[in-house]
Amino acid sequence: MIDFIDLSLVNWSRGQFAMTAMIHWLFIPLTIGMTYVIAYAQTIHVRTGDPEWEKLAKFWSKLFGINFAIGVGTGIILGLEFGTNWSNYSWISGDVFGAPLAAEGIMAFFLESTFVAVMFFGWGKVNKKFHLVSIYLVAFGATLSALWILIANAWMNYPIGMVFNPDTARHEMIDFWALVFSPFAVNKFLHTITSGFVIGSFFIISVSSWYLLKKRNYLLAKRSIIISAAFGLLSTLFIVATGDGSAYNVAQHQPAKLAAMEGLYDGVESAGLVTVGMITPGKKVGDDKPSFIFRHEIPYALSFLGYRDIHAFVPGANDLVYGNEKYNIESAISKIEKGKIALAAFAKYKEAGKNGDETLKQEALAEFNEFQKYMGYGHFDKPEMIMPNIPFIFYSFRIMVVAGLFLILSAGLLFYLAMKDKLSNKWFLHMGIWSFPIAMIASMTGWIVAEVGRQPWTIQDLLPTIKSASNINSSAVILTFWMFLAILTVLVIAEVSIMLHAIRKGPDNKEGGSNA
Amino acid sequence: MLDALSYLQLQQYWWLIMSIVGSFLVFLLFVQGGQTLIGVLGKTENEKNMVINSIGRKWEFTFTTLVLFAAGMFASFPLFYSTSFGGAYFAWKIFLICFVLQAVSFEYRRKKGNLLGQKTFEAFLYMNGFLGTFLLGAVVATFFTGSEFVRDVYNLSTWQTNWYGIEILFNFTNVSLGIAILFLARTLGALYILNNVNYDIIKERARKQVLYNALPFLVFFLYFITKIFLMDGYAVNPETKEIYMQSYKYFNNYLEIPLALIFFLSGVVLVLLGIGLAWFKKSDKGIWFSGVGTILTVLSIFFILGYNNTSFYPSSADIQSSLTIENASSSRYTLTAMSYISLFVPVVLVYIYFTWRAIDKGKVTKDDVNESNDHHVY
Ligand code: HDD
Ligand code: HEM
Ligand code: HEM
Repeated sequence: MIDFIDLSLVNWSRGQFAMTAMIHWLFIPLTIGMTYVIAYAQTIHVRTGDPEWEKLAKFWSKLFGINFAIGVGTGIILGLEFGTNWSNYSWISGDVFGAPLAAEGIMAFFLESTFVAVMFFGWGKVNKKFHLVSIYLVAFGATLSALWILIANAWMNYPIGMVFNPDTARHEMIDFWALVFSPFAVNKFLHTITSGFVIGSFFIISVSSWYLLKKRNYLLAKRSIIISAAFGLLSTLFIVATGDGSAYNVAQHQPAKLAAMEGLYDGVESAGLVTVGMITPGKKVGDDKPSFIFRHEIPYALSFLGYRDIHAFVPGANDLVYGNEKYNIESAISKIEKGKIALAAFAKYKEAGKNGDETLKQEALAEFNEFQKYMGYGHFDKPEMIMPNIPFIFYSFRIMVVAGLFLILSAGLLFYLAMKDKLSNKWFLHMGIWSFPIAMIASMTGWIVAEVGRQPWTIQDLLPTIKSASNINSSAVILTFWMFLAILTVLVIAEVSIMLHAIRKGPDNKEGGSNA
Repeated sequence: MLDALSYLQLQQYWWLIMSIVGSFLVFLLFVQGGQTLIGVLGKTENEKNMVINSIGRKWEFTFTTLVLFAAGMFASFPLFYSTSFGGAYFAWKIFLICFVLQAVSFEYRRKKGNLLGQKTFEAFLYMNGFLGTFLLGAVVATFFTGSEFVRDVYNLSTWQTNWYGIEILFNFTNVSLGIAILFLARTLGALYILNNVNYDIIKERARKQVLYNALPFLVFFLYFITKIFLMDGYAVNPETKEIYMQSYKYFNNYLEIPLALIFFLSGVVLVLLGIGLAWFKKSDKGIWFSGVGTILTVLSIFFILGYNNTSFYPSSADIQSSLTIENASSSRYTLTAMSYISLFVPVVLVYIYFTWRAIDKGKVTKDDVNESNDHHVY
């Protein structure tokens, strides 16, 4: 394919995608999680007729509305960014990857945007039951849109259900259900959607704790804490279980990512799981520095979690890069050689096609088919390039897990206290407030593990990121990077500021003024 | 059931679906058009708020239709998606910025603590209204006039200028469609507000705006249509798949696809009828006629671009790189799978219809936009 690689183009494109995706993700989990809490509160109102529950639902949906607008606005950037910044990827994978995105548009986005209008404008105007159903449909729509986009993302990590067609030079789908029901897709959906539940619940807990600390809106805050702490607790327990499923999938199909998550340079049998540790600064794949300055580990745990066998061998970075004959692991060096053969045969195939030389074409095709599965490796020149950034992923992963454990504690404690009507301790309320940013950090670091850990591939083992970007000048990407950063920063600040004003004012319109 | 369709039929079916989405999108640009009229139709704060709340309840539909258009193109004609977005880079990025800003502006405009102030968010709405419609029109015009890309044997494309899409504006035919779409959106916006707001002063102003904007729309649209009827078009040889220039290609397509011609003529008549009703008969129902007319006209334009051996995304830099619905489409399997998904579209239309009716039961009035009112207002 085009042989000149412009690293600045690739890196700025990555930066632009990372920046915009991270900003989208600031708002999406709130949308996903809050709607369920709002719908539940409104259900109680419709059942009991208690106006306080409606007031509660209405208040949270006001905050929801502020968040929703910017979630939609940042989403469209990502939707077009595959085309603008990753146009080679869009062609090479579009036959597979486009379908879930279109399904998301048809099935999910319209559902959300239609019923969100009823949810916003329907209070007291449309039939109560219809209004309640609309809120549930918004929640359902958000969940569906997460489902489809995560199916797409799971496919990039574990590509299945397609074959490579040398005539069109792209991957073509042969099994749609394989994509939908791939273990990666199912697990990623469950884990990520629950992270939305967790974040949505802790947002409500956090604001309510602040009200209690300020000794205001007692009833609303207490009730909000009860329902969202219960929801948050269940979700956090579930997230740990699905997190284990994620790690298992990674171990099965993305050994390089797993090695990075565990800071594992040299593979071992009966591998332990590092709980805390510090990787030796400057440690590189292939050098003989010790991997860790210090570490504490749970014996056998990694082998067990990754392979369901306490004695299993877990390959490290060195095994993957340089090979390990004993465990039958092929080195990246040899894969790269085979990949180069495949690329050369592919070029020969195209050349022969142009010249109408049918025999040469068939010969080239046979050779290409033999080495085709290594094709992606042919774009690398050094075997070390197949590993992602190990320390970054190692620490990100630990931050997420620690945060998850903290959140279980926090949700459990607050639920208990709220039920006992003992929500007055300042320390616990502060813990409630801080749980929200901690949940946010957990999910951001989760994405870093998933996405940076997939590097250097856009499609695992098939298409390197360096081959995915659009064929444009890096200056165009740099310019738009700063434009989007500036605009989005301003909008995020505006959003947060509006949010804080609305929170400070609270549900009662106490200070008068507009109904922000 | 859908498996029985041939590959070509599937490609044609998907071109039809994208044509429908595209033509609804152009109709829904009445939201953008309305945004450019905020200050003209609303002189006092209260009047302005009524206008904004009237179109504001519909902005999500336009937005989501746009998203669906992009995602649908990605799934059904990925080569178009990768070539156009990755090449006309700046044009699309500016377009995107317009829409990101729109998404927050309705909601944040009057909120306390919004950092930029009400005026700025209203300026964003103007920007989205003017630039968004204009750019969309100009880009669609390149489906006739061609773009500067080259596609290699691996189907990866490279744009041939460093303007990355800005060069679209150096061609007056493109600009004229951009301006036509802008004024069409304004006309539709005025017609919509005429129908949706219950306040006489605003209605009077909107009625005038229908006429004032319809005239420039007609001038630029006629210019554009005459131009493409007279020019050479990008035709495909059905046997060899080679692309060549054919004189009067687009005009001939109308003659050779009778449905397109019927749609075009009836569409234009309906658009004019809607405008006439609003102006001469003082009717509020013009939006229905002009709306349907817009959809039919745009459909016909998509038909003559995609069907009858035509290249819908031609390259002026290297004619054989041009895209057709055959060489740009997804695989047969994917198109079939997507066709099943497309069966959801009628479901979507039905629930949109019913919820609109529920929300629009009452027209927007003075009380609806009162800030101290307990309901959600923009
Ligand atoms: C509140 C959010 C949150 C919390 C508390 C956790 N996670 Fe998580 N995690 C996510 C939010 C998240 C996420 C944002 O949803 C990610 C990013 C991409 C994805 O699929 O889910 C993710 C990814 C992710 C991955 C990478 C999957 C991949 O590469 O495809 C693993 C292995 C785990 N998680 C494991 C865990 C474990 C063992 C946890 C707990 C103890 C945990 N996560 C808590
Ligand atoms: C990089 C990949 C992504 C793309 C291309 C993308 C695209 C979009 C687009 C175009 C919208 C606006 C839709 C509209 O018009 O209403 C949107 C909104 C949304 N997206 Fe994303 N998205 C991505 C990542 C995600 C992820 C990872 C999730 C969830 C797990 C998600 C969930 C949602 C939800 C729930 C909305 C509704 C709007 C809102 O909450 O404000 N998206 N997305
Ligand atoms: C919303 C949460 C997400 C976040 C925070 C996120 C974050 C990131 C980051 C940090 C990168 C850059 C990786 C690197 O260059 O090292 C990246 C790349 C990318 N991500 Fe994600 N991502 C998200 C969701 C998604 C989803 C849902 C999809 C697909 C459906 C997706 C597709 C991609 C693509 C195509 C790239 C560029 C190519 C590549 O670097 O491999 N992302 N993302």
